[in-house]
Amino acid sequence: MAPPGQPDDARPLVALRAVGRDFDVSRPWLNRMLEHAPRQLLRAVDDFSAEVRRSETLALVGESGCGKSTVARLIVGLFPPSRGRIEFDGTPQTAAAEGLWSDAVRRRMQMIFQDPYASLNPRWRVMDIVAEPLRAHGLMTRRADLRARVFELLTQVGLAPADGDKYPHEFSGGQRQRISIARALSSAPEFLVCDEPTSALDVSVQAQILNLMRALQEKLGLTYLFISHNLAVVSQMATRVGVMYLGRLVELADAATLFSRPRHPYTRMLLDAIPDLEMSGRARTPVAGEVANPLDPPPGCAFHPRCPLANQRCRIERPQLKAEPDSTLVACHAAEEGRIPA
Amino acid sequence: MSRATLGRAWDSDLFYSFRHSPVAVAAAALVLVCIGGALLAPWIAPHNPFDLASVDLLDALAPPVWASQGKAAYLLGTDNQGRDILSAILYGTRISLRVGVAAVLFSMVLGVTLGLLSGYLGGRVDALLMRIADVQLSFPAILIALLIDGVARVALPREWQAGMAVYVLILAIGLSGWVQFARTVRGSTLVEKNKEYVQAARVIGRHPAAIMLHHLLPNVMGPVLVIATIHLATAIIAEATLSFLGVGMPPTTPSLGTLIRVGNDYLFSGEWWIAVFPGAALVVLVLSVNLLGDWLRDALNPKLR
Amino acid sequence: MDARGTALLEVRNLRVEFPTRRGTLVAVDDVSFDIAPGEVLGVVGESGAGKSLTGMAIIGLLEPPGRIGAGQVLLEGRRIDNLRRESLRQIRGRRIGAIFQDPLTSLDPLYTVGRQITETIQAHLPVSRREARERAIALLSEVGIPAPERRLDHYPHQFSGGMRQRVVIALALCAQPKLIIADEPTTALDVSTQSQIITLLQRLSREHHAAVMLITHDMGVIAETAHRVAVMYAGRIAEIGPVRSIIHSPRHPYTAGLMRSIPRVGATGVRLAQIDGAMPRLDAIPRGCAFHPRCPQRFEPCDRERPPLLETGDQRAACWLHGAPRTA
Repeated sequence: MAPPGQPDDARPLVALRAVGRDFDVSRPWLNRMLEHAPRQLLRAVDDFSAEVRRSETLALVGESGCGKSTVARLIVGLFPPSRGRIEFDGTPQTAAAEGLWSDAVRRRMQMIFQDPYASLNPRWRVMDIVAEPLRAHGLMTRRADLRARVFELLTQVGLAPADGDKYPHEFSGGQRQRISIARALSSAPEFLVCDEPTSALDVSVQAQILNLMRALQEKLGLTYLFISHNLAVVSQMATRVGVMYLGRLVELADAATLFSRPRHPYTRMLLDAIPDLEMSGRARTPVAGEVANPLDPPPGCAFHPRCPLANQRCRIERPQLKAEPDSTLVACHAAEEGRIPA
Repeated sequence: MSRATLGRAWDSDLFYSFRHSPVAVAAAALVLVCIGGALLAPWIAPHNPFDLASVDLLDALAPPVWASQGKAAYLLGTDNQGRDILSAILYGTRISLRVGVAAVLFSMVLGVTLGLLSGYLGGRVDALLMRIADVQLSFPAILIALLIDGVARVALPREWQAGMAVYVLILAIGLSGWVQFARTVRGSTLVEKNKEYVQAARVIGRHPAAIMLHHLLPNVMGPVLVIATIHLATAIIAEATLSFLGVGMPPTTPSLGTLIRVGNDYLFSGEWWIAVFPGAALVVLVLSVNLLGDWLRDALNPKLR
Repeated sequence: MDARGTALLEVRNLRVEFPTRRGTLVAVDDVSFDIAPGEVLGVVGESGAGKSLTGMAIIGLLEPPGRIGAGQVLLEGRRIDNLRRESLRQIRGRRIGAIFQDPLTSLDPLYTVGRQITETIQAHLPVSRREARERAIALLSEVGIPAPERRLDHYPHQFSGGMRQRVVIALALCAQPKLIIADEPTTALDVSTQSQIITLLQRLSREHHAAVMLITHDMGVIAETAHRVAVMYAGRIAEIGPVRSIIHSPRHPYTAGLMRSIPRVGATGVRLAQIDGAMPRLDAIPRGCAFHPRCPQRFEPCDRERPPLLETGDQRAACWLHGAPRTA
């Protein structure tokens, strides 16, 4: 059910409302007892709210420890959120025994992983790997139907139908990612979560896979959530970009706007840190410090120790996401106070 | 298996290593001989030592055929009841292998299952199972087998005990050996369950049992094979030990261990063949199984290739 | 040949091979280059191109069964590829420093950082323990570690990833080597840390006047750090020359394809140019030019004869587009 006044297809495909996720990284109970050490909770994601609209590619960028992979795994239901709500096409996650999403929802969303060498079961043939979603959801049972569908999928991702009889170790990294994509597409999903799908690939292979993903998106009307630490790749693929830092969303904007007029100081720092292939000799603002320890984030705005624009308010008060005139969302006191230089 | 598969197997690294290891080939040959002898015992044994009617007390304590008082009918001599030692060895090996293989299979199924559950489910299940394993490991395996055997004796009525001896032995030795399988499989499961292909299966929505059986099991079985081969030797020795101690196979259906027990009393009074030949047979069997297991472990170790 | 003067490192016709039971696989095939003091040579290529193996061969850390099959490596005019193990060990550290990809495993977790640095200094330089410690403090400060006197007594796990890599760089520099081999020094780091390390490497190579061989798959890092670059493909050098020329006007079709397939910020929504196919496996390297099956500009001699590095502009490219083969 869409909000009143909104037709159904204006409803976002995925909605996250104030989602948070903690991980208990305490030492074992016995050690804690003997050492009088407190429980340690890692806030991997904190107060994350965003929507994924149909047919778009929403990218989440950030450095290690920012929580983007955790958000991806929360959305596909690998574990439940500690706080907040996640909805898929209006349906909220349940606490049902069968898992967080019903079978009907799981059929409509799929995931592609980062490591091409660990995301395919080495003991299964490609044919079985690609057909697994079909079998698991009972979409096809006859062997001939399954084979035909697998051939179709393998061809769609640029492999040969005969590759179905081979084992994963007979393929290169790029080819394995193609197999992963074929598996993800087999149940004809609408939504794909892509967790750093090309980070482990060589540059020329990456280009092939990114082109393939764009072509498939156009042809099949897919919606992507694209997780990456590589801003150049994101620039290539995304319609909207969200920047995360220490578990929080700090900026969310259209891709073109984000890359031409970044607001948040962290976004600016990230863009500045990208090595300059054009060799324009541009002056670089030196990057300050390193990502803080997520177990003990700084108070107030998590970025303030490294921020050139930090003031007293930044040290105490945590900024909320506020909309700018061009509908960019930024969580920054300096942006709100108009202190960001052009 | 198609021709192509056989051809690939012949060419594979494993078979190559086998062909080039004289120890492995010799060990395999000996194992085959023992198995062959055991399987074909009813046909190739000159006598049937379990058939009480055919055993003649007058032929008791006859020495091997090459000694001065040896009889041609009894190549390796007879024991104190007139049973042919050679036939007894063949039938005894049959029992040793049967108990050994069955016990290892029992340990394997139990251990692999518990290891998978422990590794995948984690939490309390894991903690409970591993504590049980730890407790069991603090007892020697033979003691555990003795314990189970003793319980069985008390529980079963007397007239069933002889017939059920084999099953009791299999249960006892099997239950004493599951821990090593469980621990190894648990370790491999812990590694594999964090790999992305398992996460992919969870995203698809597969049931944990299906994930454990279809995804994890094929990937954790590797070291299991090596452990099973080495365990086989241990199981055979365990059965022999229990029979030697008198709590294993009864004298009416003797295994190699029982024969050694019987011969033990006569060892220093001159009738050495009753203990020595079964002992030698046991040594050959266990040694060749061990050597085969050693080769397998080294051949399957990717770091040594 | 390098026109800059006496080269510190000369690699001549280096060949690295792996004997297997199915035949000998050649992973690095007839590779030659020089590095002058104070110069940073980038060696760039995709996985399987042989760049790491080249670096390992130079330091003498090839893992058996890999071995140097042919060629020479000269450091300051003297051969080091045929030295016995003990002599090679003395050269490593004193005259060659190494920085590897993973800062987690490059440092011994059981010893403090200070102990590792002072031990290395004392193993190669005739200084007292106190002086070695002072040098270590100065080095840590030079690589940008705050409060070095205190951090000297910390263990590697007490440093963050970027800081650890700085310690590794300090360790590589501590015996004042003339040549530094850096194998993917920034790959495991976040992009903001990466830019810090790049700046550090630039400054250090200038100040210490060391020759640096920077091995990486990341063209961006090369663009910022290197003076010259060698592009490797299937164990061979495809193109070598000044970094500006290679990046802005590549003469080898592989380099050109590679540059076009790198995504750039700001180019939203444009389809990336791609090179079809993949790098050949070591046991299936094509005859003639290794790149020809994937090359959009291949013509008659490319599948017959392997092109040597041919002069074109101020770079050299192994491509028949820039010269005539001997056999017509």
